[in-house]
Formats: sequence, structure tokens, C-alpha cells
Amino acid sequence: MHVPDGFIDAPVSLAAGVVAAAGVGVCLRGARRSLDEATAPLAGLVAVFVFAAQMINFPVGAGTSGHLMGAALAAILIGPYAGVLAITVVLLVQALLFADGGLTAIGLNVVNLAIIPVLLAWVVFRLWTRVLGQGRPSIAGAAWFAGMLSVLGAAAGFAVEFALGGTAPVDPTTVATAMLGVHTVLGAIEGVVTALVVLAVVGVRPDLVAGLRRSGSGTAPALPERVEA
Amino acid sequence: MTRAFSTDMSAPMRRAVALVLIVGMGVSVLLAAGVSMYASDEPDGLERVASDTGIVETEQDSATADSPFADYGVSGLQDQQWTVGLAGVVGVLVTCGIAFLLFRALARGSGEPDQADGNPDG
Repeated sequence: MHVPDGFIDAPVSLAAGVVAAAGVGVCLRGARRSLDEATAPLAGLVAVFVFAAQMINFPVGAGTSGHLMGAALAAILIGPYAGVLAITVVLLVQALLFADGGLTAIGLNVVNLAIIPVLLAWVVFRLWTRVLGQGRPSIAGAAWFAGMLSVLGAAAGFAVEFALGGTAPVDPTTVATAMLGVHTVLGAIEGVVTALVVLAVVGVRPDLVAGLRRSGSGTAPALPERVEA
Repeated sequence: MTRAFSTDMSAPMRRAVALVLIVGMGVSVLLAAGVSMYASDEPDGLERVASDTGIVETEQDSATADSPFADYGVSGLQDQQWTVGLAGVVGVLVTCGIAFLLFRALARGSGEPDQADGNPDG
């Protein structure tokens, strides 16, 4: 869902760039507080995995393909601050090295593919597991729903940006409807992959999963104290 | 990578992190280097909507379109399968280098994260 150059006009792209820079700034500060010796390498791994997974486009029928977006996965595994940063690193590598996503659209892509979906997924996952508990079925459901909503949120982000600053003479409602329609299918798949990977990590060590920590916002995880508790 | 671990991390935690790292990196390299050659070439969700609605005509080439790795290929390497896989390995290595340096710097609360974040190809 990487926006190329030209789709969205300069003012809206610039505004998105400002929002993206502010968001990344907040996350740099937040991650400094929340990351520790155990979670820092995991955050690096999440970035690598998301890059790799995004290369795998799978056909979903009707001449369309999709790939994992990874924002929900990042949010749940390493928390919202490091999650936004991990996806942003991936987006920068993709735009600069692989010409995937426009350079003038980098702010749009950071907003759509990192900030919006990571925040949505984090809030959804935390609320769900707080209400329904941290049993495996609950974790699976929460991860699926977080993945689903993260993709729809990203699609909605583009639809809003197009309505505000789309350069093509196309009805914004048509674009919004089409985006949300296609991405409902992709979101359902995103949710399944997100749930499977989260369950795999939970199986190894639940206290590595930021979304399951009691401390809340992903800060002060106090990992060493909970070992073998 | 082992330098990312401090000595005060408990042994079980260290083993768990190492296990997740090894499996995760292995899966990532397999995906980027191997499975990527079987990836679908069909348009993704946004590309599909863009071509259906005509938005696609406003698309402009990226300033990095001349990158030797543009569009997940290695320029000069014709073989469609190897070129994607090799580009994938390059992407994994670059992402790995930037991300691990950035997050390690943040975890230590020192270093220049902004700089590390802003120079992914440096």
C-alpha cells in the first residue's frame, strides 16, 4: 500500500511529513524509555521480518495481491514506540533503496503504514486482552482484530489524504469505498498471520510480548524480574 | 549481535531471546532470499484501486528509480528469480544493520538515533 510520488499534492504530502516527523520524534523518546537489553534486539528483528514479509505478495483473487503490512505485529510484539520506528526504518529502506513508495510521499507512508496502524493495533490489542484476558484464544482474537483494523486504518488514511489532496480527478468516495473493500480482504489475512506469529512468540516466552505486559504503555517492562516468576 | 545482550540478563531470558532471534532471522532470510521469487506480480490493494479508478495516471517515477536495486531487482542481473532473491538479501542486511544499531542506541539511552534513522543507505 506504498503511496508513490504524484498521487497526493504537495501541501498534503508536506503536512503528512510534518505529522510523520513529529510522530517519529515522540516514538524515539518513548522507545528510549521502553527498550531494554532484551527488547532492543527483538525490535531489530521485527524490522527485518517485516521487510522480508513485505516482499511476499500473495494472490487474493480478482487480479490483486497483498502482502503482510506488519504494523499490528510490530505493535503487539515490541510496543507502539519501537513499532512505529521499526516500520519507519523499513519504509525508508524501501523508498531509498528499492524505489518502493515515493520520496515526496514518505510522510504519507509513515503516517498510513506506521503511525495509524501501529497505534490502532496497540489500542485494540490492549483493550481486548484487558477485557477478555490473556488466554490463548483471547490473544489470537485480539491479534486478528488488531491486524484487521490496522490494515483498514491504513486504507482509510490514504482515502482521507486522497480526499484532501488527490491529484487525479476521481471521486474521493469511490476511492474510499474501493480502498476499504479491497483491504477488508487483505486485513482478514493480515489478522491471521499476525495471530499466528504472536502465538508463536507467546509459546516461547510470553513476557517478551510488549502487548501482554502489565505495565501498560510498553514502558518499564522490567523483564528480568519476571523471569521464572 | 551477542553484544546486544548485557550480562545482567538472566540465562533463560537470554536463551529465549537468542532462540527468537535465530528463528526469526532464519525465516526472514528464507522469505526475502527464497520465497520472494515465487511472490505474486499482481498489483497490490492500492495499485489495484489506482488502476481501476485512473489515479494511476498521476503516478510519477521515484527519485530513486535509478537505484541499482529499484523494484526489488539487481540492475544488470537478468535472471528474474535470482535478481529478486539477491535484492531481498541486500534489503535484509541493510534493514538489519540500521534497525539493530538504532534500537541498541535507544536501549542504551545514548548515541545519535536521529542520525542512524535518517541514513539508511549510509
